[in-house]
Amino acid sequence: MSAALTLQGVHTHIGRYHILQGVDFDAPAGRTTMLLGRNGAGKTTTLRTIMGLWRASKGRIALGATALEKLAASDVARLGVGYAPETMAVFSDLTVKENLVLGARQGALDDARLAWIFGFFPALKKFWLSRAGALSGGQKQMLSIARAIVEPRELLLIDEPTKGLAPAIVGALIACLNEIKATGVTILLVEQNFRVAREVGDEVRVMDNGLIVHRGPMAALAADEALQNRLLGLSLASHQ
Amino acid sequence: MSALDAGAALPRRRLDVLPALTPLAVALVAAPFIGSLSTFVTLTAAGLAMGMLIFTMASGLTLVFGMMDVLNFGHGAFIALGAYAATLALAPLASWSSADSLVLNLAVFVLAIIVAALICGVFGWVFERLIVKPVYGQHLKQILATIGGSIIAEQLLYAVFGPAQIPLALPKTFEGSFVFGQAAVEKYRLLATCVGLLVFAAEMLILNRTRIGLLIRAGVENREMVEALGYRVDRLFVAVFMAGSALAGLGGAMMALYRGQVHATIGGEFLVLCFIVIIIGGLGSVGGSFVASILVALIANYAGFLAPKLALVSNILAMVAVLLWRPRGLYPVSGR
Amino acid sequence: MNLLSGDPPRGRALQAILVLVVIALILAPFLFPGAKALNVAAKTCVMILLVASYDLLLGYTGIVSFAHVMFFGVGAYGVGLALYGLGAGWGALAVGLVAAAALSLALALAIGLFSLRVQSIFFAMVTLAVAYAFNVLASQLSWLTGGEDGRSFKVPDVLQPGFRLIEGKVFGVAVNGKILTYYLVLVVAAAAFLVLLRVVNSPFGRVLQAIRENPFRAEALGYRTVFHRTLATCISALGATLAGALSALWLRYVGPDTALSFSIQVDVLVMVVVGGMGSVYGAILGAALFVFAESYLQDAMGALSSLAAEARLPLLPALLHPDRWLLWLGLAFVLAVYFAPTGIVGALGPSEPKTKSIDRDRTQPSAGTP
Repeated sequence: MSAALTLQGVHTHIGRYHILQGVDFDAPAGRTTMLLGRNGAGKTTTLRTIMGLWRASKGRIALGATALEKLAASDVARLGVGYAPETMAVFSDLTVKENLVLGARQGALDDARLAWIFGFFPALKKFWLSRAGALSGGQKQMLSIARAIVEPRELLLIDEPTKGLAPAIVGALIACLNEIKATGVTILLVEQNFRVAREVGDEVRVMDNGLIVHRGPMAALAADEALQNRLLGLSLASHQ
Repeated sequence: MSALDAGAALPRRRLDVLPALTPLAVALVAAPFIGSLSTFVTLTAAGLAMGMLIFTMASGLTLVFGMMDVLNFGHGAFIALGAYAATLALAPLASWSSADSLVLNLAVFVLAIIVAALICGVFGWVFERLIVKPVYGQHLKQILATIGGSIIAEQLLYAVFGPAQIPLALPKTFEGSFVFGQAAVEKYRLLATCVGLLVFAAEMLILNRTRIGLLIRAGVENREMVEALGYRVDRLFVAVFMAGSALAGLGGAMMALYRGQVHATIGGEFLVLCFIVIIIGGLGSVGGSFVASILVALIANYAGFLAPKLALVSNILAMVAVLLWRPRGLYPVSGR
Repeated sequence: MNLLSGDPPRGRALQAILVLVVIALILAPFLFPGAKALNVAAKTCVMILLVASYDLLLGYTGIVSFAHVMFFGVGAYGVGLALYGLGAGWGALAVGLVAAAALSLALALAIGLFSLRVQSIFFAMVTLAVAYAFNVLASQLSWLTGGEDGRSFKVPDVLQPGFRLIEGKVFGVAVNGKILTYYLVLVVAAAAFLVLLRVVNSPFGRVLQAIRENPFRAEALGYRTVFHRTLATCISALGATLAGALSALWLRYVGPDTALSFSIQVDVLVMVVVGGMGSVYGAILGAALFVFAESYLQDAMGALSSLAAEARLPLLPALLHPDRWLLWLGLAFVLAVYFAPTGIVGALGPSEPKTKSIDRDRTQPSAGTP
């Protein structure tokens, strides 16, 4: 069973911009927590701060009992944190195989695990030895997520996986995320697409201006249109 | 799942061959002007050899820049250091060098360049820790600090080895040329070409077939993501820096042997050339540096024959021309 | 104070030192009689202008260029070759100056526009290559430039060493052509310096700094960064050209090693950093310190080296040899880069420098990437 992620009073400065202004929340162990919010609210910054790519200027971040806030990104990753960034960050000049090999810190790819991944991302098997740069947007997103789960992880940080993808593909991605969920890993998922949020999320945290303004179960938020409107500026039903 | 599966069949990986053909194009354009076949062969062989030497010096620089965005103006210092280091190996074994035995000559040659590479590798580590590391991520300071470092290094070389040129004799059997009909190809140039090709082959093998090479290639594209995947990129970088310095030293040693003398100014001279090569080739691309080195060397040789006054600036002109055609170099790395 | 364009130096210590330096330069021929001292003073004036114009580019606009010494060379050769070929008259001097300015402007425009085509990382290396090429060209076109040997030439009558303005001595010094040349150099350099001070304090100068901090933001705010950067390059080039012209006039000689060598560029870098980037007053301090050290430190080193040799210490005599003065300078330079990036001006001035440091610490992500 994966560990829980907790943030307490986290501040992050970028240059002279104060982006995260005291973020407090937890992502329960083994559950999928959605991180929602307007553009510029600080969601990506939160993920990057947890990952250690940006240093928190104040506050505590913990995965289970381990403190993360002072660790370098590579150390955070080695604790079992998988990261699929907003930009996907696939290595275009490397093949699909090589991209996944890099994700496998233990060295070798596990065949059983690979077979499982191919099950919901068959395109990756088809284009195994092709240059990743030639893949379509949706396929690159698959690759990015696959790379994050190519080995069992304690925590998955996924940033807007459905951004820019056609609606048909979004459905497929939801199914994949649910399969990954079933393995019991803790997931923190940033999304603008409410359909994804509703169908995949167990818990929801809403951010605005660098602070968490709402915490609670996803089901509760999904049922309350007035609350959605207040928090996110529009009814989530319209944001599909 | 078919939605994700959909999409046209993936295009085969199209190798962008056009940039690689530029040296050939230059050779073909120059040939009619040169006229005589034997001269052409001599010049081309000389150009290829020179290109290999330059490649040896430049390939490390392009990876260093590609991986960590580090502009190392101190690279020239390692070229010079390699040359001086070679003298350390060759001086005590002068008898091997002057002996008329290919085996002994090869042995002392290999020893000299290995010593040069090792010493430069070690000092590369020192330079990286002392001068480069404190200014990671700050381009301006990197430029300034590495320039300062190169000044210090050059002066130290003069202090230790003396400010005068040190003569360096080619091992006996390397002197002279092979004659093919009318064309003469210097023996040493052939050796230099072989060494250069070996270096290139080794680099391509490491980059494409080993895990560390995989990390380097990924790091050149997106260093941050490699870190986020759990790898200590800064350690990797130190290794790349050391290798780059070692190769620079190797190239410097070989160049000094070719010229017959060692002097610290070789560093500055070839630094500019290395910069030109890695710009033309595309920052971070070893293959690009390879093509660019040959291109630059051929142009310099042909220009030296056809229009001597232009020879020294021909490289600049080539660089400007290439950049106007491909602003990011011949083989830019994706995502840069 | 309008003379200082509303930007007087801040901090008592800084003001005091600057006043001292300026007074020393103004009264140099009388305070420090002797050819060597006057040479040091003249070189200081020239370097102040050269460094200040470089700082406009580096410190204020944030452009790293290694072609600055090329413009210096153009100015030196322009004036030198004109006086050589057209005779030693004021007309020839004017022709040389104008021609040099025109060439510099053309080159500056070319470089500025070329920088649009390539990334800024390339730009620094490209300027290095271009400056190198220029150096080579000057040596090669020996029919014009005198090649490696350069050209010696006569200057207009009034400036010739033999000319005497006033019979007899003033404060014990003969007021001859050399003194007059010195004051010409001083006045022109001072005037140009004040012009540069005006430029950096104008709205144009402030836009330059905005561009340096965040080019995207400046562009978004409606400033045409291309125009500003190119204009800054041109102004900087003209400053260097003028400095080169003054240098040639003083030395009555022009050659690759005095006008075009890369070591001059390195010296300028050292002066800019040690004096303080982003502050024209830093140029005064950096130049004065450097030229002084270059001239007098070597003597001190020579003495120390002999001592070390007599004491039979290993390596030390070689390290302290006056020819190795660059070693110590390089060391000081590197230390300055790490520990005193704002230079002497930063160390002396008030805690809140008027212009921000260019570099951003790596642990903090760069601004503009949310």
